Amino acid sequence: MPEKIPVNLVSKELLEGKLSIPGGNPVDPAAPPGSAGGRPQHIGRRLLTHALLIGASLIALIPFLWLLDTSFKTESAATQYPPTLIPNPFRWQNYVNLFSERQYHMLLWARNSLTIAVLVVLGTTISSAVVAYGFAKIRFRGRGVLFALMLSTMMVPFPVTMVSMFIIFKWLGDHTGVAWLGTFRPLWVPYWFGSAFSIFLLRQFFMTIPDELSEAARIDGCSELGIFFRIILPLARPALSVVALFAFLGVWNDFLGPLVYLQHSHQFTLALGLDAFQSQLGGSQWNLLMAASVLVIMPVVILFFVAQRTFIEGIATTGIKG
Amino acid sequence: MIHWRNEIKQTAKGMAFLSPWLVGFVVFMALPIGLSLYLSFCNYPLLQPPVFVGLRNYHAMLHDSVFWESLRNTGYYALLTLPAGMIIAIAAALLLNSRVRGIAIYRAIIFLPSLVPLVASSMVWLWLFNSRLGLINTCLRYLGILHPPGWLTSPKWAMPSLAIMSFWGLGNTVVIYLAGLQDVPKELYEAAEIDGASPARQLWHVTLPGISPVIFFNLIMAIIGVVQNFTVPYVMTQGGPDRVTYLFTMYLYDNAFSFLHMGYASAMAWVELLMVLVLTAIAFWSSRHWVHYQGK
Repeated sequence: MPEKIPVNLVSKELLEGKLSIPGGNPVDPAAPPGSAGGRPQHIGRRLLTHALLIGASLIALIPFLWLLDTSFKTESAATQYPPTLIPNPFRWQNYVNLFSERQYHMLLWARNSLTIAVLVVLGTTISSAVVAYGFAKIRFRGRGVLFALMLSTMMVPFPVTMVSMFIIFKWLGDHTGVAWLGTFRPLWVPYWFGSAFSIFLLRQFFMTIPDELSEAARIDGCSELGIFFRIILPLARPALSVVALFAFLGVWNDFLGPLVYLQHSHQFTLALGLDAFQSQLGGSQWNLLMAASVLVIMPVVILFFVAQRTFIEGIATTGIKG
Repeated sequence: MIHWRNEIKQTAKGMAFLSPWLVGFVVFMALPIGLSLYLSFCNYPLLQPPVFVGLRNYHAMLHDSVFWESLRNTGYYALLTLPAGMIIAIAAALLLNSRVRGIAIYRAIIFLPSLVPLVASSMVWLWLFNSRLGLINTCLRYLGILHPPGWLTSPKWAMPSLAIMSFWGLGNTVVIYLAGLQDVPKELYEAAEIDGASPARQLWHVTLPGISPVIFFNLIMAIIGVVQNFTVPYVMTQGGPDRVTYLFTMYLYDNAFSFLHMGYASAMAWVELLMVLVLTAIAFWSSRHWVHYQGK
């Protein structure tokens, strides 16, 4: 259960839509007046805007740069005062050490994180799509009430349920012979029952698919499941990738869940491992800690740049999103 | 008769598709919330069965100074982050809404930090805030401030440090505001222009009312986020120094998993749920006075 609240669908598309206009068109033709007022801006004002944007970008980027910088330093260079700008010697070895030295478990933690992430992403996407179809395309009594109930569960923070969930999982382990605590199960099984945010996103998307499509298929004798699999799901691919992406970001970021449910360091996820690693290093070896942080951040950043294009193509080819 | 049968069929079909969520709702939401209500009236040290004690946990809360301290700290954190965070995010969105060359790149850069997992950004900022070797104090010393604050190790500066760090991760909020800005009708600006309204007046009378539903949405999200804030202070300060960054959810966590006071922790979970509900209700109630929906 992520503490960070994901960006909504519209804004995500907006952000990425603007990033990949073919031919690198720098000015967005659809941009509203805002500060520009539709007229060419005064040169002084444009310079000021650029200066402010560069300033904000630097604030956003410097922590990343400093992180990378430190991760390539030797321990003594990292803790030297005043700090040097360029790592000298340039030490790739930090990254190699993280993987090769068995006491660090980095590879194991990465594998744990990936295992859980795959199960969570698959579960969230599949189950949320099924439920969203029910909310979007099947008319029945009580649908509105159930939908409102589902939306309201988005407001319940994970810490509210975590104590009793822990007790329930402990009880299940004591009484059924299938262990839950100290395994990955509490971290992925709940996601196979739909997540409210993903159901909401997909339901909004399914609503934009014209009912005529499914009506036509129904007349041709297609079953409800057939409509779902053969018509709705293929059309919804862009929305499904958004949901999958958010599910991944959520589980990659999750700290409290693994902290509550996992018990041994060989089961840790990267997020949990990074914290353990920090206490282990105890305020020294910042170079190694920063290298480990880079490894945790890397998949998310790569995904951000890769997914941009996938989304645009998906949205462009289906042509459903107006 | 046929009509009636049809409705049953539709309902059955609907329920079939909803069934994963229905089961999940009962098992992972309704049951735990109900169970924690029951346990909040119990003394439950986990290793022995729960014993009903009535309102004793809630009564103990009233006299528990750490409980109030954690609540005060959470309030202080909210005070430091909510208003300033809102202003910073709206300002950034306004800036990113301008039509200048390379705006797409600026948008990507400012969004990027919000993707970083909280534990990883905690590590980065632990290093930046490091009082002896950190980049921030190094820069401050270059600027002539010979004794910069100890940031995370200083009782006075620890909480503001966490607030400063939280502003770095505001990128997703900024993007939501940006989407809101693009939805404000052009005609309103044109009309304001004709009336000779200055940019400042346009901001106050057109832009802000225009994005007020988005402000409202982000406010609710921020409230829910602040109340459950845990990871960053747990990783960076462990609630210290002198417990000044010890937040409500951290005390809840400690009661459950460090002290094994499951009953007391359940009572705190209910207090947390009520806090979210009451604060959201206040926000909803107040929204009638300041949120304007476009008549569509």
